[in-house]
Amino acid sequence: MEYILIIISAIFVNNVVLAQFLGICPFLGVSKKISTAVGMTGAVTFVMILATIVTYLIQKFVLDAFGIGFMQTITFILIIAALVQLVEIILKKVSPPLYQALGVFLPLITTNCAILGVAIMTIQKDYNLLEAVVFSGATAIGFGLALVLFAGIREHLDLIDLPKGMKGTPAALIVAGLLAMAFMGFSGIV
Amino acid sequence: MNNWQNFSKGFFKENAVFVLLLGMCPTLGVTSSAINGMGMGLATTFVLIMSNLVISLVSNQIPDKVKIPSFIVIIASFVTMVDLVMAGFVPALHEQLGVFIPLIVVNCIVLGRAEAFASKNKIIPSIIDGAGMGLGFAMALTILGSVRELLGSGKVFGISIFNENYGMLVFVLAPGAFLALGYLIAIINRLRKA
Repeated sequence: MEYILIIISAIFVNNVVLAQFLGICPFLGVSKKISTAVGMTGAVTFVMILATIVTYLIQKFVLDAFGIGFMQTITFILIIAALVQLVEIILKKVSPPLYQALGVFLPLITTNCAILGVAIMTIQKDYNLLEAVVFSGATAIGFGLALVLFAGIREHLDLIDLPKGMKGTPAALIVAGLLAMAFMGFSGIV
Repeated sequence: MNNWQNFSKGFFKENAVFVLLLGMCPTLGVTSSAINGMGMGLATTFVLIMSNLVISLVSNQIPDKVKIPSFIVIIASFVTMVDLVMAGFVPALHEQLGVFIPLIVVNCIVLGRAEAFASKNKIIPSIIDGAGMGLGFAMALTILGSVRELLGSGKVFGISIFNENYGMLVFVLAPGAFLALGYLIAIINRLRKA
């Protein structure tokens, strides 16, 4: 039951993009087409779960064990940067088709604040390892849901005749605002 | 390019939020009130100036292959400093900004300026560039925070402008961030073209 609550909360109620404002850059940047949105979601899901597991273990067995919790930011960002590189190299060797699909998105992920944000939030919320994995997976699904919905709307948005100043980002932001309003409807569930 | 041009470039012409559209996560995430926006903006400014300063000094010594990781470590050190100082001296603000303070480290503006400007320029221009970019960012966040606070609760910096009952709560909540920023950028686009 607890896990179901974590999942619903992470996907709908506290959606990582629309309620917590993490990962806005890829949300605005790679949401022009549904196909790229799906690719980005795949890459983010993969890295987010992996990064959460690794940072969690480092926090528990290195930072907490030696009482150097203040090194959290530096350690986590380096781990994530290294991990992204590692994933890229391994994917290239092991599974070229998967690398083809996700490859272009991987370098962008280091600066995706959702990854670091989720890693830090997992520690702040004091989850155990299994809860951390469930939480990061559900957050990634929430990210994907928001991204794909938004990409679907934006594909249609291109066809509409908008006032000059509104074209591009302003219109996209306002659509995101309406989407966020729709997601607010979930707020009573958990 | 003289110092004033260098400063105003980051402040107006290439304003990180309104023109370059960088650093969107903290821009949307912390601007539920003017004071939060300003706090976040000034914290980022400090990190920008200090990391630009250090990077302009050491960038000649760093081999190209490990350039970006070294920059990230330098930036992360200053972010940790800001995090600890804010937790010590302004705990209420620190609580409000929450996870967004450690996330300054992945703010594209900071790494962007380090790579594009500080690594190629001398110390004084780098500091001025950092100050211009940072204060431009702080100004944008303060404006957005003020607009949201005013429309949401009828206050600016906690000073009541009109009765709170007429405020539209949605502007303080998540959707308001997107809507307010969208309209602000639209207005600025219109003004720039006119």
